[in-house]
Amino acid sequence: MNPLRLVRARPAPAFTVTVDGRPTRALPGRTVAAALWAAGITSWRTTRGSGRPRGVFCGIGVCFDCLVTVNDRPNQRACLVPVRPGDAIRTQVGTGHED
Amino acid sequence: MRTDLAVVGAGPAGLAAALAAAAGGLRVTVLDAGDQPGGQYFRQPAAELGARRPQALHRQWRTWERLRGALADSGVRVLTEHHVWFVEERSGAFTVRALLGPGQDEPADVHADAVLLATGGYEHVLPFPGWTLPGVVTAGGAQAMLKGGLVVPGRTAVVAGTGPLLLPVATGLAAAGVRVAALVESADPKRVAGHARALAGKLPEGAALAARLLRHRVRPLTRHTVVRAHGDDRLTGVTVAALDPAGRVRRGTGRHLACDTLAVGHGMLPHTDLADGLGCRLDGPAVAVDAEQRTSVPGVWAAGEATGIGGAALALAEGHLAGRSIAARLRGDDPDPAGRARAVRARETLRTAAAALAAAFPPPAHWTGQVTDDTVVCRCEEVTAGAVREAVDGLGADDVRTVKLLTRAGMGWCQGRMCAPAVAGLTGCEPGPARRPFARPVPLGVLARTRAEEPGATQETERGPS
Repeated sequence: MNPLRLVRARPAPAFTVTVDGRPTRALPGRTVAAALWAAGITSWRTTRGSGRPRGVFCGIGVCFDCLVTVNDRPNQRACLVPVRPGDAIRTQVGTGHED
Repeated sequence: MRTDLAVVGAGPAGLAAALAAAAGGLRVTVLDAGDQPGGQYFRQPAAELGARRPQALHRQWRTWERLRGALADSGVRVLTEHHVWFVEERSGAFTVRALLGPGQDEPADVHADAVLLATGGYEHVLPFPGWTLPGVVTAGGAQAMLKGGLVVPGRTAVVAGTGPLLLPVATGLAAAGVRVAALVESADPKRVAGHARALAGKLPEGAALAARLLRHRVRPLTRHTVVRAHGDDRLTGVTVAALDPAGRVRRGTGRHLACDTLAVGHGMLPHTDLADGLGCRLDGPAVAVDAEQRTSVPGVWAAGEATGIGGAALALAEGHLAGRSIAARLRGDDPDPAGRARAVRARETLRTAAAALAAAFPPPAHWTGQVTDDTVVCRCEEVTAGAVREAVDGLGADDVRTVKLLTRAGMGWCQGRMCAPAVAGLTGCEPGPARRPFARPVPLGVLARTRAEEPGATQETERGPS
């Protein structure tokens, strides 16, 4: 059983986004965070201080741990931002303004 | 836009209030950050995901169907993807300021004669070594991602912490195909039995969830706690240990559980930023309200988790009472006591049950003893417990504000929402009100344009959509 089967989902067709340049399939209606989890990715940011990996923590937009760079815009909360066809999602390093 | 009543939050409290107020003849506008109404409790997958049985991830689905149907038949206007960052009062009228859409950089204002704050709550999480590792998520976060995104974080999970949310999270993950290696609850179930009378209404639901746990072969470990999460760049397992009756870890009881997910939480905290910004009196961590759900600021009502954590049924009862009160008060009447008696009785029963649950599921009394000096406490600013202890023991800080000034704990993106209870606990004091000026980050450009609307400005240059 997986969540899609549990709710008998018939999702609209998947589209392609890139994650650090690698083409990845994503389902419409998901957030960037959900799309990354579905692709088996759980971290997409390194912290400003010690460069430690982070991903989703609170899942509802409160904690800001899931920050990510989407289409060259850094500091997007992956758990709030819907994934769109062609999105270029990049691991955010530090403040996201350094590269 | 102008409306009689602006409701902030489209969860159970906000929707119940909106429907009751609309039934009383008011024009009602609900603002919510989500892409559809329901709040966290009734969070659903986006339409594009084509879920034909979303109720498989929900309890109380019939309640949701009733609410959704009533909303469709009402004149209530729901503005989704409206992130409210501030509510402003001037001469008894209110401006609710929101940011639009996922980018949250376009302003939208709603002008109203009354405001209902149904801003809900968020998870209370206490730190422990390893809690910043990817793979460690809040229990509510795991549930939100499952309900909304139809995704699970891994294959094997441990659900841990304390409180009634852990049961549905564990059964939800298990139903969605995750192997739940253990449900680790720090409280003693005997404490629930001690509140059996107050919890009578909650027991059938608890028993049903417990039966589902057994069916999914989830091992319950009560009076246990997670003492450490392991892994280098992501979670590989946790060490759990037994607690003695005083809440201290029993030496020699530690054992390793392999897992790639830890869903952890220690109860909930109310969202009070908007209330605080309006000057509403707080009662401990929650917005103080009277019998009609009125706050201390005339024209502002509050309902649901913002006024104290109590669950969806209590939120519905409080929202209903608030909506009736608002409809009557804006007409200049007293609320009709006969019509609201049932909701008042429901509210009192549910408040008693909520208090009993809070008493039965306290966080472990000695949790700070498990927080090592190198544990990051403030996740945003990467402030360690050692730095907080140095501020207290070495520099003489004896309150959260001084610790914040000395260490930057709570100064990051989340503005202390995640670390405030931990910093207070390590400082040896109670967490105080947060006093955040805005409920979410606001672009400077929006603030600059907001300034142009103030009285005395030469002209009102910008208005939200009206």
